[in-house]
Amino acid sequence: MPDILITLLTISVVVAAIPGVCNYLILLERKLSAWMQDRIGPNRVGPMGLFQPIADGIKLLLKEDVIPPHVDKVLFLIAPAISVLTAMLAFAVVPFGPVDDSTMPSFIRFIIAPKIDIGVIFIFAIGSLGVYGVVLGGWASNNKYSALGAMRASAQVVSYEIPLGMSVLGIALLSGTLNLENIMKQQTDGGLLSWNIWFQPLAALMFFTASLAEANRLPFDLAECEQELIGGWHTEYSALKWALFFLGEYTHMITISFLTSILFLGGWSFPFIAEATSAYPGLWLVKLLILTGKAFFFICLMIMLRWTIPRFRFDQLMELAWKVMIPLSLANLVMVMFCKHFGFSQWWLLVGSMALFAAWGTISARLREAELAGRPGYVKRRKVVAAVSHGHAAGDH
Amino acid sequence: MWVEEPEMGFWESTFVPAIMKGLKTTLKHVTDRKTVTQQYPEVEPDLPLHYRGVHRLNRDEQDRVKCVACMMCVAACPANCIWIEAQAAPPEWPDRDKFPKSFVLDELRCIYCGMCEEACPVDAIELTYIYDLTGETREELMWDKDKLLSVYDKTKDNPRDPVRTKRGILGPAAEFASLPTLGPATVVPDSDRSAKNPTSGVIKGSLGANS
Repeated sequence: MPDILITLLTISVVVAAIPGVCNYLILLERKLSAWMQDRIGPNRVGPMGLFQPIADGIKLLLKEDVIPPHVDKVLFLIAPAISVLTAMLAFAVVPFGPVDDSTMPSFIRFIIAPKIDIGVIFIFAIGSLGVYGVVLGGWASNNKYSALGAMRASAQVVSYEIPLGMSVLGIALLSGTLNLENIMKQQTDGGLLSWNIWFQPLAALMFFTASLAEANRLPFDLAECEQELIGGWHTEYSALKWALFFLGEYTHMITISFLTSILFLGGWSFPFIAEATSAYPGLWLVKLLILTGKAFFFICLMIMLRWTIPRFRFDQLMELAWKVMIPLSLANLVMVMFCKHFGFSQWWLLVGSMALFAAWGTISARLREAELAGRPGYVKRRKVVAAVSHGHAAGDH
Repeated sequence: MWVEEPEMGFWESTFVPAIMKGLKTTLKHVTDRKTVTQQYPEVEPDLPLHYRGVHRLNRDEQDRVKCVACMMCVAACPANCIWIEAQAAPPEWPDRDKFPKSFVLDELRCIYCGMCEEACPVDAIELTYIYDLTGETREELMWDKDKLLSVYDKTKDNPRDPVRTKRGILGPAAEFASLPTLGPATVVPDSDRSAKNPTSGVIKGSLGANS
């Protein structure tokens, strides 16, 4: 089969599958959220609510598509399209299954654009274009809440781009390539002990956190926080255009889940079941399941985190990016350079990451203490507790 | 009010243990599969016995309407949703002067406060356990005497029959000889009544004593 046909086939399969997958991820999110809150979740349409996404899809298609009279029509219509387009484009270079397996049928390929040497950079470039959808949507809506949401989103994405990119640079240095397939291949060849998470645990943590912020997921969804901004930048959107924004967000989630699994968790590699040396019929299917399983784990983690951590305040959000993650990722990068240059064992990076983490904790704790000590009338907590237990601090002043 | 922010140690500053702890809690709720949801149309909610639903007009032993058209409920109603037209009682009803010729209650206007049943001297009007009140027009929910009496016929044999009025028997609160003092949430001087008869919440000590 000619290459172009395979590419077209892959594109059509991916483009057809992603909205369906996103729909079911929304069901998963609703179900998981419900279980976390001791509710049942959608259970009216079909068994266990399994047809709910279909009903939702039909509803969103048939709903009245309101374009308010006060909006900038062209930008208003373009914004959701940009949102989806960039999210889908970023997915083009992400391998979502085994890519170097010769036992697979020749017409199956688990990546739309194979052998892109700038894979990681391409994803970040396209991913940060995604903020155009948000900013244009918020601006074109001609509404204060939307504009505020869009401004927050752009500030947030610009800030978190830096730690996101810098946490991956360490991996790029270690593997000597930006090609996602090669990064995955290096880890799968070496097995469990060559997964990048061992050498870059701190970078993995920062990458995941920063990509949560990039995808505007809780606890970083300042751009659309309901309590302050109604819907944020998509306040004025309805029906299918709103659904497109949602689709973009969930596609982004899928992309970063796959990216985290590929960059840090060894792609399809799994001890005993799928190693570089294992060979049995249907192995490529198992590899596919493992990689998607890892991505699924991260998606579930994102949903769990959503209901676990309260939303950051905006200054805290910026503080986390500029005061914590950027210095840390820089130090991490310098550490990798140092290690590479002097030819130390990669395992020193694990020790170094731990040390960085400990340094961060200590510095934050000390800074916090200093900040509190500067407050008027500050009493060290231990003393206050003692006073209460003796009944002297009971008056309310 | 000044709220002292908590001090943060090493592990708190790294956020990671706190997030893990939070994830453990959420995961516990996912896996324990306990739900508080009531599947409403299939499962009827278990309402408390003092729930105040739609009204009914009680009948006496001879199937007459108990109401004597004294207008106490009309006077008590804060929403002005009751309209009674009184008529002189027929001579064969020696126990009363009047009875309601028409008794109209606007169920949409009513705020279900239950003052009417408290005001009623003959326990003629009561609020039932029925909560699913529906109608297609506003006029439909202006319930007249017949409708209110039919609610009585429908609800009188139910174990969830209203318990508030108990047909002239007072509730348990009436049996208290004196009401217990409720402790204030502040420091009270020893001479205060609540300090002499302490209940939970009373902080003894002189006023103004603080650190």
